[in-house]
Amino acid sequence: MITRRIAFLGAAAAALIVAAPALAADDLKLPRQAVELVAPPFVHPHEQATKEGPKIIEFKLTIKEEEVVIDEAGTKFQAMTFNGSMPGPLMVVHEGDYVEVTLVNPETNAMPHNIDFHAATGALGGGALTHVSPGEQVVLRWKATRTGTFVYHCAPEGMIPWHVVSGMHGTVMVLPRDGLKNREGKALRYDRLYYVGENDLYVPKDEKGKYKTYETVGESFADTTEVMRKLIPTHVVFNGKVGALTGKNAMTAKVGETVMIVHSQANRDTRPHLIGGHGDYVWETGKFINPPEKDLETWFIRGGSAGAALYTFRQPGIYAYVNHNLIEAVELGASAHFKVEGEWNNDLMKQVQPPGPILPGKSSAAETVVKIR
Amino acid sequence: MLLAMKIKAAITAAALASPIALTIAPVAHPVDSAITEIAAKPFQYRLAGDFSREGKPAEAPLRNVSLPAGIKIMNRQVTAGEYARCADDGGCPKIPHASEMVDRPMVGVSWRDATAYAEWLTNKTGVLHRLPTDEEWVFAAGEKVRDEALPLVDPIDPAQAWIARYEAEANRARPGAFDPQPVGSFGRNENGLQDFGGNVWEWTNTCFLRITLEPTGTARVTNTNCGVRVVQGAHRTYMTDFIRDPRTGGCAAGVPPANLGFRLVVDDEKLSAAYRIVERGFAKLAVGL
Repeated sequence: MITRRIAFLGAAAAALIVAAPALAADDLKLPRQAVELVAPPFVHPHEQATKEGPKIIEFKLTIKEEEVVIDEAGTKFQAMTFNGSMPGPLMVVHEGDYVEVTLVNPETNAMPHNIDFHAATGALGGGALTHVSPGEQVVLRWKATRTGTFVYHCAPEGMIPWHVVSGMHGTVMVLPRDGLKNREGKALRYDRLYYVGENDLYVPKDEKGKYKTYETVGESFADTTEVMRKLIPTHVVFNGKVGALTGKNAMTAKVGETVMIVHSQANRDTRPHLIGGHGDYVWETGKFINPPEKDLETWFIRGGSAGAALYTFRQPGIYAYVNHNLIEAVELGASAHFKVEGEWNNDLMKQVQPPGPILPGKSSAAETVVKIR
Repeated sequence: MLLAMKIKAAITAAALASPIALTIAPVAHPVDSAITEIAAKPFQYRLAGDFSREGKPAEAPLRNVSLPAGIKIMNRQVTAGEYARCADDGGCPKIPHASEMVDRPMVGVSWRDATAYAEWLTNKTGVLHRLPTDEEWVFAAGEKVRDEALPLVDPIDPAQAWIARYEAEANRARPGAFDPQPVGSFGRNENGLQDFGGNVWEWTNTCFLRITLEPTGTARVTNTNCGVRVVQGAHRTYMTDFIRDPRTGGCAAGVPPANLGFRLVVDDEKLSAAYRIVERGFAKLAVGL
């Protein structure tokens, strides 16, 4: 159901929506590079440090409104996505590059959409210049002036939060031209990168406590808004579905490999933790001009941002990567797994004695009483 | 409850000891589900629990065992309608948001809920009903049993087994449907019993045991934890007795059971008498593997 409030844009917003002045196609005189985007948790091939100069990097985002399944019970959800994934794809460029995005809203969709890039400057992040109705496309170019990981999301007036929590968000990573560095200026490189996009979902329930399904995304709006306003999600998922990054889809690595985990939450605070590991170097706020923090146990990704963590695996086995509000991790779905191969290091950890009966006898350190005068 | 535990202990002992032949006259039974009686015969059983030998993890022994007097077991899992009758009668806890599909298996029940149902049914019918032991379940399930001797955790390099188990769990075929299906959807086994190994995992009475295998060959139970019970289905697992939702309470990494439900065995008087005889010798029999 579209209300007049939604169908007719507010005056303030309308004032910002101007046709972009027609510019010569290549006023920048820079080389162009088209990049084929890849579905999360993977990322398109890219250089970390680059010797090349600034370019115009071309990306295409096609908006898909579609019904998806969000948990093992088969709960259906009317999602709105960039390129058919929750979250949308990770885009990687370098400082000084220009990002040229073609945003396509196919005729088959019901909703108007746009895009706000947190890395961009002006026009509500591009939101004011990218309104597309079904059957339209728009091309926006913005300069990547700051390094870091930045969220992008859809933000159409009258229904901004709903589009975001329905799956329309992703991340752009702007790397320094000479790659990542630690506080002392030493180069930091990753062997693999995983992008974990966290999504809070607010699925309405009927009187019997069962999740409701809707024929169209528009029909879900009113009920969903009611649940959203209570600020308690029914699901908190990584990559669009409970268990999406577990089992056969667990993330993988080898002992000795350095993995970069980019974690975004476009709406709500989260606190990632790698169970069994650490964050060797963490840009908690996600901005590479700030030296990374070291040796973190858990880091905080504020809602509306993306952060990045580097870790070199030191032990083989199964790790869980969770939002460390454990209720959200275990009960609501905010858990992923890493499967890591390699050799076990007994120096780092060893089971000295397996579980067995409690032994009587000699006082242990715990039993020794120290008198303090 | 205590009686049920004694029976369980007796049956465990009996299963581990040499078979005792008894003739039992069949009893007509006033429950909804048909009961099938299966005569005793030897079968392969992989013992449940955590085993070690000389301080190192050991594979659970696979034994030829035989139930002393066969088994009388429900043809199908207890249904939502049957459980509701118990709940309405005040005999069982009401399960919030239980399915209204009364003819489908009852799911979302803990071991405690299932035990309450068994006690209520026992009082109603005057005949002892209880959860099966793990041995009884394996015997009844027959060809539907999946014996998974998962790789042992090597204390020198525990990760190898963790990864192998994780991959084995990830590769297990998942049931097609998650919701409880009409009775019989998962077929019958060679004993004519329905829905073993479908999308409902069944509680047993068997407790979690830690057992040391001595060099002499005897098995010594070093810890018994009856707060954790064996759950059987498409695979065997262990679950804390108050868990109703296996998604978050089950297999830590890997794939948990889709649903928790149960079926019961009938333990009529003559069988009970036999078990009481066996029970007296339990202490000696427990180590006589």
